[in-house]
Amino acid sequence: MTSTRPLHLAAELVAGSGRADPGTAARTVALARLAEAAALDFLTHDDSFAGPGLDALAVLARVAPETRSVGLVPTVTTTHTEPFHVQAAVATLDWVSRGRAGWRIAVSPTGAEARLLGRRPAPPTAELWQEAGEVAEVSRKLWDSWEDDAEIRDVATGRFIDRRKLHHVNFQGATFSVKGPSTVPRPPQGNPVTVVDATRPAARDTAAHHADVALVRAASAEEAAALRAELHRGARAHGRDPGQLRVLLSLTVDFDAYEGGAGALAELIAGWHGGGAVDGFHLVPAVPERDLERFVAGTVTRLRERGLFRADYEGVTLRDHLGLARPVSQYATTGVSV
Amino acid sequence: MSRGKKQVHLAAHFPGVNSTTVWSDPRSGSQIDFSSFEHLARTAERGLFDFFFLAEGLRLREHAGRIHDLDVVGRPESITVLNALAAVTDRLGLAATVNATFNEPYELARRLASLDHLSAGRAAWNVVTSSDAFTGENFRRGGFLDRADRYTRAAEFLGVVRELWDSWTPGGEPGTFAHSGPQFRIEGRFPVPRSPQGQPVVIQAGDSGEGREFAASAADVIFTRHSTLEAGREFYADVKGRLARYGRRPDDLKIMPGVTYVLGDSDADAQERAAEIRRQQVSPQNAILALEQVWGRDLSGYDPDGPLPDIDPDPDSVLVQGRVRVADPVGVARKWRALSEEKGLSIRQTVIETGSRQSFVGSPATVAAALEEFVATDAADGFILVPHLTPGGLDDFVDRVVPLLQERGVFRTEYAGTTLRSHLGLPEPVWKGDTP
Ligand SMILES: Cc1cc2nc3c(=O)[nH]c(=O)nc-3n(C[C@H](O)[C@H](O)[C@H](O)COP(=O)(O)O)c2cc1C
Repeated sequence: MTSTRPLHLAAELVAGSGRADPGTAARTVALARLAEAAALDFLTHDDSFAGPGLDALAVLARVAPETRSVGLVPTVTTTHTEPFHVQAAVATLDWVSRGRAGWRIAVSPTGAEARLLGRRPAPPTAELWQEAGEVAEVSRKLWDSWEDDAEIRDVATGRFIDRRKLHHVNFQGATFSVKGPSTVPRPPQGNPVTVVDATRPAARDTAAHHADVALVRAASAEEAAALRAELHRGARAHGRDPGQLRVLLSLTVDFDAYEGGAGALAELIAGWHGGGAVDGFHLVPAVPERDLERFVAGTVTRLRERGLFRADYEGVTLRDHLGLARPVSQYATTGVSV
Repeated sequence: MSRGKKQVHLAAHFPGVNSTTVWSDPRSGSQIDFSSFEHLARTAERGLFDFFFLAEGLRLREHAGRIHDLDVVGRPESITVLNALAAVTDRLGLAATVNATFNEPYELARRLASLDHLSAGRAAWNVVTSSDAFTGENFRRGGFLDRADRYTRAAEFLGVVRELWDSWTPGGEPGTFAHSGPQFRIEGRFPVPRSPQGQPVVIQAGDSGEGREFAASAADVIFTRHSTLEAGREFYADVKGRLARYGRRPDDLKIMPGVTYVLGDSDADAQERAAEIRRQQVSPQNAILALEQVWGRDLSGYDPDGPLPDIDPDPDSVLVQGRVRVADPVGVARKWRALSEEKGLSIRQTVIETGSRQSFVGSPATVAAALEEFVATDAADGFILVPHLTPGGLDDFVDRVVPLLQERGVFRTEYAGTTLRSHLGLPEPVWKGDTP
């Protein structure tokens, strides 16, 4: 059973330091095409208000029209941003990429970040992850606030939309409230994919509750398996189907220093995945151009030769790649009206 | 080189959420699919336009407590769409409308600087200030500013954003910033270097005295609604006259009204089409809505093909939310009633008659001549064209009017530079980072 689970592979685009110079767009497009040629599930692009570099969501929106299949997952912070703007931008990334968007939720815990914005001091990290969970929740509500068939263009009655299929979300959280509905119609994936780095304990409950993909770091297969089991238990406790949560191991790789190189990494991936420790891997290349190239040419090719990784994309959306169902709007199922 | 004729600047407004857009036309496509944005942007670039423009609305309009359902509803988030459009265009400027009330300077400065880099110097920000408690219900900040305070915030906001954009040296050395003012106290390091055009272009939309003053002091372009020759000249003279006070030359601020147009094979043909488009824009249901907006009452029982109601407007009503309110409902109602009685017009006919007309109607030659006249006689420096069809509404303009403007010697035949600033003929912004 476990051995036939599909293997998911993802990669970090810039290893945390997106430079900003005239070559940024071209270089990022080249990396994204490399990952896409290898049929990787998605690319993450790290970001924080403290920088350096460009806004990650902007970079991936710039990349979207120049790629066709690879998923695009920018880091988006929730501490100093407006939830309404954030969900609109992520939904829009899904529109411009035709269903390939995700977002990796992050918080801004430092005083230095708080001073850049001047909106409020940085609260304790536990509270920030609590708030991040609320941002994830309100985002899902706003993405669902337009049912899929809300736009009717009914000339006879003069109505462009059926307003019974648009919903105020009336969200009341601890630090913010949102009336809704979104100004952006429901995006192609219904809900773009939510990714949370669950390595730190403070983020783990938010990941279990809200993530479609959780990233973890672990030194052994046993440790990874334990983290995955913990996340599944948490998901169940929040009333979720753990089968709809993918756990990927984040692995920083420097192929110049990595013993055995691409082949050894393929062994490790095959072993940990086959043993059921994780659902896939998220490669963080030490040197993006060099290490992504070697990962694709060496590791991915070997995994494919062993029949462990797909030769080409089988679907079109990021949810397709991840084997995650397209959610039905929560308002369509409850029928709660405006 | 002799100074040639005054050149016309052109920009394209994506026809989305407004009552101008005719969605009932069979040729009307999606207002949300990326392919629509791509089509219109590529057309604008083919036409050598200065920029592509996106408006913004932060809450869906409501009518009598329910979401307004008669016009196009729903649009993507501007800056994200423009970053994607940067991939499928090379020269076209990319302008995002973003509210200064519901954003923070650091975050927005970073997003706009990112767009400027990712487009190699083509970004613009249209600073709007609309704010009310209704819109504020979608935000942490809530709604709390009256008009004067909105511009106070906007002015300091823009000033801070420019400090951040200026915090790197032109040579590429990162710097720090520390701003302490009545609205914002922030400090740190700005993570994005100066972009190819130094700073994104700043557009202002807002018409009050405060708005004009803000534009005169700080904007590169004004987006205005004054689109008749007389109103345009008055506005033009007023705004350009304010510039000297800020040490600026008249040419430093471009005035670009948003205008609609209808082309036909002949002037008569265009007039006929224009009338048909107005009927499409004002459906029977939209006619009643327009009436309710003035009257502030539920008038759903009235027949759009019948006479105007003889009851008076409710002057204090907030029946329609998310839209500019009619200033003097009783006066407007009196005017409408007089007009309808004089000409024997039904409700729908009255709304069509009093609604804003297409700005330029005629054969391509007529329209090209009129556009040139507006610019030559200082009623405008150019136009933000608002087509009524998505996404093909600009095709005929680019194919038929642009070549005539070029023949007249008032429109470029190729882009001279690569940045939006260069298209607009705006000076390179002076780096202020070093001044103590
Ligand atoms: C031509 C024009 C276009 C505008 N477009 C927008 C827009 O897209 N989004 C928005 O929120 N406000 C928009 N506004 C509203 C202005 O930002 C401003 O809030 C409003 O005009 C009130 O300010 P004022 O009293 O100075 O006119 C627009 C205004 C004008 C004149």
